[in-house]
Amino acid sequence: MDNLSLFITIPAAVAFFIPIVSRRFRWFPDVITSITTFILLLLSLMTLNHETVYRMGNWFVPYGIVFVLDGLSCMVLIIVNLIGFLVSLFSVDYIEKIYTSKLRYYSLLLLAVTGMNGTVLTGDIFNLFIFLELALVATYALVGFGCEARNLEGAFKYLVINLIASYFILLGIALLYGKFASLNMADISRLINSTEKDVIVSFSFVLFLVGFGTKAAMVPFHGWVADAYTAAPAPVSAILAGGVIKALGIYVLMRLTYNVFGINQHISMLFIYAGTVSIMIGVLMALGQWNFRRLLAYHSISQMGYIVLALGIGTPLAILGGIFHLLNHSLFKSLLFLNAGSIEYETGTQDLKKLGHLSQKMPLTSTSSLIASLSISGIPPFNGFWSKLVIIIAAIQAGKPVFALWAVIGSILTLASFSKIQRYVFFGKGEKFNSGMIKDIIEVPALMRVSMVVLAVFCCFAGLLLLGGLNGIFGPVVNVLTDGTNLYITRILGR
Amino acid sequence: MVYTLCFVLFVIGLYGVSCKKNIVKIILGFLIIEYSINLFLILLGWRKNGVVPVIEPGSDAHMLVSASVDPLPQVMVLISIVTGLGILSLMVAIAIRLYQRYGTFDITEMNKLKH
Repeated sequence: MDNLSLFITIPAAVAFFIPIVSRRFRWFPDVITSITTFILLLLSLMTLNHETVYRMGNWFVPYGIVFVLDGLSCMVLIIVNLIGFLVSLFSVDYIEKIYTSKLRYYSLLLLAVTGMNGTVLTGDIFNLFIFLELALVATYALVGFGCEARNLEGAFKYLVINLIASYFILLGIALLYGKFASLNMADISRLINSTEKDVIVSFSFVLFLVGFGTKAAMVPFHGWVADAYTAAPAPVSAILAGGVIKALGIYVLMRLTYNVFGINQHISMLFIYAGTVSIMIGVLMALGQWNFRRLLAYHSISQMGYIVLALGIGTPLAILGGIFHLLNHSLFKSLLFLNAGSIEYETGTQDLKKLGHLSQKMPLTSTSSLIASLSISGIPPFNGFWSKLVIIIAAIQAGKPVFALWAVIGSILTLASFSKIQRYVFFGKGEKFNSGMIKDIIEVPALMRVSMVVLAVFCCFAGLLLLGGLNGIFGPVVNVLTDGTNLYITRILGR
Repeated sequence: MVYTLCFVLFVIGLYGVSCKKNIVKIILGFLIIEYSINLFLILLGWRKNGVVPVIEPGSDAHMLVSASVDPLPQVMVLISIVTGLGILSLMVAIAIRLYQRYGTFDITEMNKLKH
């Protein structure tokens, strides 16, 4: 699997092909999107344990655009395409019932996948900006897809905050180009580490931190998360939580801090504090929410906090925990958003107070959301437990028991707010519950069930991926980050 | 000096985006930010009395390197203008739809999501 440009060309081509063909055949967008995302998933699984540098148009390395595949990008690529595939399966019935224009929806979904794949693979910093904008423009339109007042409001807020962040990133790129006259990330890394520390480099790093921190939903840049996730269609929320904030935010932050700028004491302390504050603020704000998806959105902030905390601790064990939590968070948070979508599909509401007694009516949704809730709260043997355990052990080993304690408290509060969901939606009932409303409710259609079951099975058994520890399946991923700047430079520039 | 003016322009745009309540003024703020960065990129490649960076038969490559402008920022500005145009049209479309739904351009009156 050496031709990395397929990850860009296939979804982009299909995205433009869909509006042309599907005016004639109404079934076409559903089928072709699912097939395309499935092919992308297979291709990304084929990249496992490969390391390649693909040169666009065969230009020499520091001058042309390169695509870099290493352990980290392979891992995020698999996450993005897995979530993309399951979300497109889920969308088939969901979009049919609630929204009108299927072909535009699938076109935009594929463009978002294109942008995310490109951001993950590219080794050129301006090219990264372009792919990031592509993914963001597609998701701006997807968040406002319903065109009701609340959808548009969420979309505009998402757009304004993320566009400021994008321009900060562009300014950072311009400053770096002015300083080093290079756009290749490995080349910039070589130049940064071979020259004296400089105020322009530090300033551009701060700009990148603000920009990508916004996209990674880090406190204090988290303002858009709750509104965008609540306003978007449920499958789009799932892809925002499972793909976009991972690929555009936290992945690029990892790459820039560890492989391009190089990590130091101040940056790691900054990450540790930002992560801990994110954990606590996210979970505390989630406790008081009565809207299902708004609650999940605040938990997204909190769970991203664990990953940022792990990045800040920076020992190989902590990075292992952080990366494993990245994988686990996309599995269980996408599953929870899909559950919220199924409940909305059947009952038409997201208000926890109006729901109740759904465990008998929708047994599969109930079971899978129970699995995801236990998983996100860190109950053994589900996947969330193992990654949180690794992060907490790493924090104690690194001599930071206070932050480990905060992580444990955050996890307990997460359990509290998810027992609220289970109590009000599935096993008990809310204050405004009306028994006439759930009388005709049945389980959701087959394709929606398939995507939920697949994610639930992954949540049960993903803990096994940790077998082997640092020499296991996450070994190459952790090595990319712990090797620091030098090996990244050597891998791409070849010297 | 000119670079500082670019930053001043950037900060003016940022002020417009963050402090104004009217959606149209927010969009104008984004335009100012975008132009300031484009100007900054163009100025990075600019050179007084610069020549076109094309090697013709007979011209000296070393002379050209020391006298020509940098073509790469110009390409970046082109791309950034195109993405900016896409986002601008999307922003304006959302603003028009918002006006239809709420009957106002004031963002402080758009608060249906919280309820």
